[in-house]
Amino acid sequence: MYTRHKILRILSNNDKIDREKPFFKKTYKGQRTIHLAKIEADGMKVLKIKKEDWAKGLEKIGESCRLLGPLKDGEFHNFKELGRGELPDFNFQNTRLSPKSIVYPQSEKMFDYTLDQNDPDHDILKEAEKNYSSQVVMGIRPCDAKAFSLVKLNFDSPEYKDIYWLKRFESTTLVGLACHNPCSSCFCTSAGTGPFHSEALDMLLVQEQDRFLAQILTEKGEALAKIAGWTIEAGSNAQEQITTMKESAEGRITSFISGENLKNKSAMEIYEEPYWEDVSFSCINCGTCTYLCPTCWCFDVQDETCGNCGIRIRNWDSCMYPLFSLHGSGHNPRGQKLQRVRQRFMHKLKYFLDKYDEGIQCVGCGRCVRYCPVNIDIRRVCELMNRSEACPVTI
Amino acid sequence: MLEYTEKIREISKQLLKDCKVDMVIGFRKGTIPMMNEPTFIKSANEVGQLVWDSNCGINLANYLTNRKENIGIIAKGCDSRNICVHLVENKIKREQLHIIGVPCKGMIDKRKIAALFEKEILKVEENGEKIVVEGDGTVKVFEKKDVLQENCAICIHRNPVIYDDLVGDLVEEQKDVDRYEDVRKIEAMAPDQKWSHFDDLLKDCIRCYACRNACPLCYCPTCFVDESRPQWVGKSIDPTDTRTFHFLRAYHCAGRCTDCGACERACPVGIKVRTFTKKLEKDVKELFNFEAGLDPDVRPPLDVYKTQDPEDFIK
Repeated sequence: MYTRHKILRILSNNDKIDREKPFFKKTYKGQRTIHLAKIEADGMKVLKIKKEDWAKGLEKIGESCRLLGPLKDGEFHNFKELGRGELPDFNFQNTRLSPKSIVYPQSEKMFDYTLDQNDPDHDILKEAEKNYSSQVVMGIRPCDAKAFSLVKLNFDSPEYKDIYWLKRFESTTLVGLACHNPCSSCFCTSAGTGPFHSEALDMLLVQEQDRFLAQILTEKGEALAKIAGWTIEAGSNAQEQITTMKESAEGRITSFISGENLKNKSAMEIYEEPYWEDVSFSCINCGTCTYLCPTCWCFDVQDETCGNCGIRIRNWDSCMYPLFSLHGSGHNPRGQKLQRVRQRFMHKLKYFLDKYDEGIQCVGCGRCVRYCPVNIDIRRVCELMNRSEACPVTI
Repeated sequence: MLEYTEKIREISKQLLKDCKVDMVIGFRKGTIPMMNEPTFIKSANEVGQLVWDSNCGINLANYLTNRKENIGIIAKGCDSRNICVHLVENKIKREQLHIIGVPCKGMIDKRKIAALFEKEILKVEENGEKIVVEGDGTVKVFEKKDVLQENCAICIHRNPVIYDDLVGDLVEEQKDVDRYEDVRKIEAMAPDQKWSHFDDLLKDCIRCYACRNACPLCYCPTCFVDESRPQWVGKSIDPTDTRTFHFLRAYHCAGRCTDCGACERACPVGIKVRTFTKKLEKDVKELFNFEAGLDPDVRPPLDVYKTQDPEDFIK
């Protein structure tokens, strides 16, 4: 069904058209994007949204763009597109899958091609049609939103721009939902974020009995509130109220990691520690941790051909799979599971930190802790890696 | 089953002290409720880490594949059957193993309990046949028999079929169990109904392969879904490819699957993966009167030819 073939030329629309679009001007000139144009704290506006205005506002948003929110299907919540009149279900701690797929789909078509020799366009990769129209994510948890800014460091670096990720990210408005009751396995406050963390959000919703307080954080957030018709400013003490609730939510976090030594320890020292055998023993090399993780970004590029028609797609990949690092020569630098497990934790907790100096590549959402089939716990591994001297493995 | 822990530690300690094994493979206490982690112990001083309770659903036979050491392994009924399958398929040698048999009364289903409890679960304790669940100021007590993993509820081989030591008295096997009620329901469906049933079943699959990798039978050096020359199956989440993966994997397990439930337990999105393997198990039982992993000297029916094999399919 799927055949290998020779692609002679790549025709990218980007070369001709897209550079003219504002998105490229912005990023290439290194300007701050609208998304990151944070409103200064003193000018921060807090709105109140009453129950009846909530549904009306969502309806209005839904008329002008794609609206996504958490919905329960079966035993868990996931982000889904909301139908007309459909409200997001906020009765959840967090979604089973992270919302990364909203910006970075598990499978994404990049090019179309034809192998029909009679077609003048044969063997040319033509950029696939995409829809980058605006979308609003309603009710993303602050940790998951922060994950986008960590991923952005990789997909929007001075050397490389991932156009697919960036365009979709730029067209997305993130409306956060503050976490009043964090999970017992969440450790966001020690992973550089928190239950009310607003860094990567355009608007933060704070649930209060029968209404929301909505903190406007960016111009994008402000524009969204206007579209929704949410205009009533909350009282002067609203900010104070939010701060109190924030502190109380942070106080409910019971799980922590310590990473204070990670920066100064040498990567090779951690790499050669004997505990990796113990850490990796139970691993079954599935992709659960990486696929559920909001900050895992690796992908694989595949051509799929059916008859004469083909597509080039990119799919999420996982460093837990042996195929991930298999060379064309047949050599595999990470042929053993110990090497793969070590790579994942080293990348998240050491290499990323060393490369970007923006903290660890983990937001403490706890998904990998909760859903690893064999209970490999990043908190335990971080503790081992952070130890300032060699200790016995058992904890 | 909690009392097994002491016995497991005692036997393991002796085995390691006497240098009869290089390591003991068992479970250590998990970091979250209703989870234990497979681990290995190499020193008699560390046997205190080993635990046993109703959260040891991972099939430890999966950790034996192609190992060269002498190994002590804790084995409940299904693990022991998969050890038999491993012996038949030359994945480990009998003389390498010291099997510490655990008569099993079933593992609890963390998803079922989570659904019944509704709030976040902070603590789960076993008290005989009761499971006490706590969280967010609420305590609920469940009867263990009501919250068993589905494969455990219909298990007819709770006692290990092969062992060198036992950690407790053999338990009574469940009788008059209807193992295939769910399979018959699907068999009775019209083709289009079946199709939509399977589509619905697989709609959440993220192709993480946790089901495959938790399975002791899935030890191919390169799985057919990972093969790239030629590439048999696409790697996206196209429903055709996802179906192909699940259906073919089930067929690869025909006559070998012991219904240990590891696949279903491992799935991060709760797919009832056993739906597929059980149909094949039922067929093998009906056609060849064979159950996998009961005897290390008997090869599975799809691996041997017998003149009495059914041949009704030849017209």
